[in-house]
Amino acid sequence: MSASTKYEDKPLRIVGTRPLRPDGVDKVTGRARYAADYNLPGQLIGKVLRSPHAHARIRSIDVSAALALPGVKAVVTRDDFPDMPVEYAAAGELTINYRDVTRNMMAREKVLYDGHPVAAVAATSESAARAALKLIKVDYEVLPHVIDVREAMQPGAPLLHEEQYTAGVSPRPGQPSNIAKRIEFKLGDIEAGFRAADLVIEREFNTKPVHQGYIEPQACLASCTEDGQVELWTSTQGAFTYREQCARVLQMDVSRIRVTPTEIGGGFGGKNNIYSEPLAIALSRKTHRPVKMVMTREEVFRATGPTSGANIRIKMGCTRNGRITAAQAVLNFQSGAFPGSSVPMAAMCTFTRYDLENVHVVGHDVTVNRPKVAAYRAPGAPISVFGAESVIDEMAKKLGIDPIDFRLKNAATQGTQTYYGPKLGVIGYIETLERAKAHPHYSAPLAPGRGRGVSSGFWFNIGNETCSTLNIGEDGSVTLLMGTVDVAGGSRAAMAMMVAEELGIPMDKVKPVVADPSALGFNFVTAGSRGTFAGGMAAVVAARDAVEKLRRRAAKIREVPLEAVAWKDGRAQPAEGCGVQFAPMTLAEIAKVAGKTGGSIAGHAEINVQGAGPGFGVHIVDVDVDRETGLVKILRYTVLQDVGKAVHPAYVEGQLQGGAVQGIGWALNEEYVYGADGVLQNPGFLDYRVPVASDVPSIDTVIVEVPNPNHPYGVRGCGEVPIIPPMSAIANAIESATGVRLCDQPMSPPRVLQAIGKAAGAGN
Amino acid sequence: MARITLASHLFPYTGGVRGLELDVANVRQMFAALAERYPDLQGHLENEVAVVIDGEVYQDALLQTIAADSEVILIPKIAGG
Repeated sequence: MSASTKYEDKPLRIVGTRPLRPDGVDKVTGRARYAADYNLPGQLIGKVLRSPHAHARIRSIDVSAALALPGVKAVVTRDDFPDMPVEYAAAGELTINYRDVTRNMMAREKVLYDGHPVAAVAATSESAARAALKLIKVDYEVLPHVIDVREAMQPGAPLLHEEQYTAGVSPRPGQPSNIAKRIEFKLGDIEAGFRAADLVIEREFNTKPVHQGYIEPQACLASCTEDGQVELWTSTQGAFTYREQCARVLQMDVSRIRVTPTEIGGGFGGKNNIYSEPLAIALSRKTHRPVKMVMTREEVFRATGPTSGANIRIKMGCTRNGRITAAQAVLNFQSGAFPGSSVPMAAMCTFTRYDLENVHVVGHDVTVNRPKVAAYRAPGAPISVFGAESVIDEMAKKLGIDPIDFRLKNAATQGTQTYYGPKLGVIGYIETLERAKAHPHYSAPLAPGRGRGVSSGFWFNIGNETCSTLNIGEDGSVTLLMGTVDVAGGSRAAMAMMVAEELGIPMDKVKPVVADPSALGFNFVTAGSRGTFAGGMAAVVAARDAVEKLRRRAAKIREVPLEAVAWKDGRAQPAEGCGVQFAPMTLAEIAKVAGKTGGSIAGHAEINVQGAGPGFGVHIVDVDVDRETGLVKILRYTVLQDVGKAVHPAYVEGQLQGGAVQGIGWALNEEYVYGADGVLQNPGFLDYRVPVASDVPSIDTVIVEVPNPNHPYGVRGCGEVPIIPPMSAIANAIESATGVRLCDQPMSPPRVLQAIGKAAGAGN
Repeated sequence: MARITLASHLFPYTGGVRGLELDVANVRQMFAALAERYPDLQGHLENEVAVVIDGEVYQDALLQTIAADSEVILIPKIAGG
């Protein structure tokens, strides 16, 4: 990245204001088209037969009766997809292995979880497709299963993958294991750190898998012609990665698959990986008719990635004046049916808010008979931080130190050496803590019996491959083709604002369009809080490329040297001090004559964005705990976060509020419940309870702006951090209210009641 | 020679070696040199590792320059939701 995209402190006309979003009218009038809204003439309906077992070997599959059913046009099973070797690729959360991808979309040797696809049918109606599923005969050899991460780690536990040996240990183990990988981070001398401590606290925490809970289930429509040209409409965070993944598992050229990313009704990391898309294409390839597949909510829960459940142990030591001397963690993360959980990122985030000398973190990635996990906002970090920030709160309280002061005593700042490698650059953790301490919420009186909790979080944020094109229309209006999906709702506005700022034109002269992959170079998924940072960087680079071309064109038209032309206030005009005078030309004036003076003008960016700036957040929450029912009521909630620069503050506030609400649900109610048979018992929103409006108060937000030096407007990104602190903040508030520390999530009424009762019993 | 430090999760693939000095001009050359010395590292570099060069984190940047006096740290690749 050239130095020209470094942060520049300058007066801004548009960035930082709150204009209406370009996609707003479509959203509020119902015109916006989501994947399930798309239909084509002659389309078939696709449905998936899913495993009723948590773990079983597939002896045979007989589809003959299903194929004979009137209305059924095609059936696909494992035999319709090529087996794939071990081959890694990036996709949202860490890397994917195509050997696993092809087995997750359609079971091959074994089914590995309740809901694992076994066959898919395309029929002329949904009822015919459902009837056909019942006629498919699958002969299973049911195998012992394992759901719990601790049980899965034991020797002798049912093995999901007989060829899986724990990676990351030396020498290579002699026996296969459900522990797919061990990772470890060390800094300093952990034992010396504990010896230097006046106070040592060690606790164990357990969390359940939770789902991203997007409102729109996965849906797609695929059409494959006789000559192998595919069109795919789908709800995705990454049209390019979906195209790549589909092409790979179906052994097609990427150029033969045109993916249209539809409006997306939430993703949160759960729409980075293909599920039904290759099945729909394969069915369409057999029938040469469009095939539409829409998951039910039950299918979403049973077969798409939740985040990991985990068992973690945190041990920390500090001096009596509150300086942390040692921080240790063991993180055991469920990865689901295939390896690849977020435990590496959880490990790196556990303590990265603090300036520490002695750290030891060990993580295990563990396969269990559950759906393969997917990313979920700040993947893994809320889980490990639940433990770390709970222990920090306990240390502060035992020492009689204000919890924010305790954090300030240990806070990371520019130059802090992290335990995972780099030193931190310019960050705003201390500024965010100080704003939290000064916030009226923090000093507001609390009624008796109520509690207040504080917690904080860190996320790296990322850049990665990003492309954008800016086309200047013949009337001077501008179309911005962006390759990052507007998954957060608002990134189209943010991109248009930055482009308008660069070009010096009104924002309503810029039309942002989420382009399909045939229009742009590769774009990585919209994840990791990279949309506004990396997408914005590409938009700015494309705008500056266009400005350079506008300058050149104006110089030619006015017959003056290029150096004499400056771009300012939306027009080419004489550069200050150049000694050359000419009549300025607005963007519209240049555009009007572009066709006759050399052709139309466009700006491009094809870049791999680096220089992401980490984000830090601090949350304050007040709760009331009903001692008779165990119900925890959120009374007041404040989110403070360093976002670098809020391009559109209203949408940043929405991100902070949304993350907090999802975190509240995670903390208090959400969990996957499995029966002894390994079958998911609550695959629906009636029994899997996400927060509704009446569960949460209006969430106050404070935007802290410590600019990222590696972005022209100082953007860091904001979507991941706000889901990290809620679980620990609420646990700390419950402890403040009741004197009881909860270490198991969710902190639902039965668990709270049990913990209060247990503590009372111990007291008696 | 650039000073290369491996994150601890990579130690099992280097026989416990935590750092070394290499005469390399960019990330691609560094990966090749590391894979030549430690064949078990081969499959864990391009897709699993981010590279910190003089304090800046780079991902998927094979041609990123490494200066003769650079401090380089290999860390797990970072993504997100």
